Amino acid sequence: MNDQTLFSIFFSAMVVNNFTLAMFLGLCPFMGVSARVETALRMGLANIFVLVLTSLAAWFLNSFILEAVPYLRIISFIIVIASLVQIVEMVVKKISPALFRQLGIFLPLMTTNCAILGLAIFQTNRGYGFMQGITFAVGAGLGLTLALVLMASIRESVELSDVPNVAKGTGLVLIIAGTLSMAFMGFAGLL
Amino acid sequence: MRTTTPSQDFIRGIWNENPVLIQMLGLCPALAVTNSVANALAMSAATFFVICCSSVLVSAFKRFIPNEVRISAYILVIATFVTLADMMLQAYAPAQHKELGAFIALIVVNCMILGRQEAFSAKNNVFRSLLDAIGTGIGFTIALVMMGGFRELLGTGSFLGVSVFGPNFEPWVIMVLPAGGFLTLGFILLAMGYFEQRKKAKTALTAEASS
Repeated sequence: MNDQTLFSIFFSAMVVNNFTLAMFLGLCPFMGVSARVETALRMGLANIFVLVLTSLAAWFLNSFILEAVPYLRIISFIIVIASLVQIVEMVVKKISPALFRQLGIFLPLMTTNCAILGLAIFQTNRGYGFMQGITFAVGAGLGLTLALVLMASIRESVELSDVPNVAKGTGLVLIIAGTLSMAFMGFAGLL
Repeated sequence: MRTTTPSQDFIRGIWNENPVLIQMLGLCPALAVTNSVANALAMSAATFFVICCSSVLVSAFKRFIPNEVRISAYILVIATFVTLADMMLQAYAPAQHKELGAFIALIVVNCMILGRQEAFSAKNNVFRSLLDAIGTGIGFTIALVMMGGFRELLGTGSFLGVSVFGPNFEPWVIMVLPAGGFLTLGFILLAMGYFEQRKKAKTALTAEASS
């Protein structure tokens, strides 16, 4: 069992150890859907939702099933995540077809989003309990959303500015991400 | 079926369709574990093992995998080999295993591996799938070692733990921190874009001269 306070878990997951900018988890959507602020925000919210569900599922698996068969951890986590993403996909498609179209391939790709599996594995390694797990998931999700929205706002302005031909594309995005990551380093040592 | 020769299958992944530098797949491990060359090598070795074994297994069993659940089936195959790789690293290289931590388990969600199964192994025979996997694995290794080399060299002044610049070198600490990962890959991509553009300009110029 881990005895960190909920606040420190939340704050650490959101800014100090931001999933995207400090731990490089969930980079595919970070590069892929960060061109528009609105899409980025929605992607972030969908992420929070899946992260919380995953945290619940991982807690359940850890407490009731995996004690007997620890070597099945990776396999069972990925199966549960794949089915969760499938369910979320169906729900989003039913409730908001417009959002479904906007997120496109990145919604099913959430199965292979390192942030989701990473959350389950970190939660297990650190021995978080039920509430701690959920706090961790919400914090991590908000952190992802924050990084996505920041990146999208910067990219929207970059689009209007005169960038040298060489720098158009992923290279520039990565350097902006590097700068953002440097800014987030300022939070280190806060906890 | 595509018309490529086996040697093309092999070479393609190494440079022209390099998974990290060209296709931008598998970025998470490429950025997260490249703060030293030793870590980059351990990560590449584990990924290499996983991609080769899963490609062979997927292409051998492609006839028995129903189309509707193929992605889940591929992920299960990959997850099995990742568990094996995790256990082997823990047994034979405990120091690296501790350093890489959760990122070994995260090989499961490396899009590069799943991408190769879907795009290649599911349609080709075992031999060619293995060649393709080896090529992609080597390409991944090249990218990781290149990044690990840059970052360790500038961040600590050493290569594989051996000091290169001598004791008077002031390390660029930022390079071994997360921000350095983004910046290194960013600058590598910018350099590649620059050379690509120059090559294009040159061919355009020769084409103009010959016409």
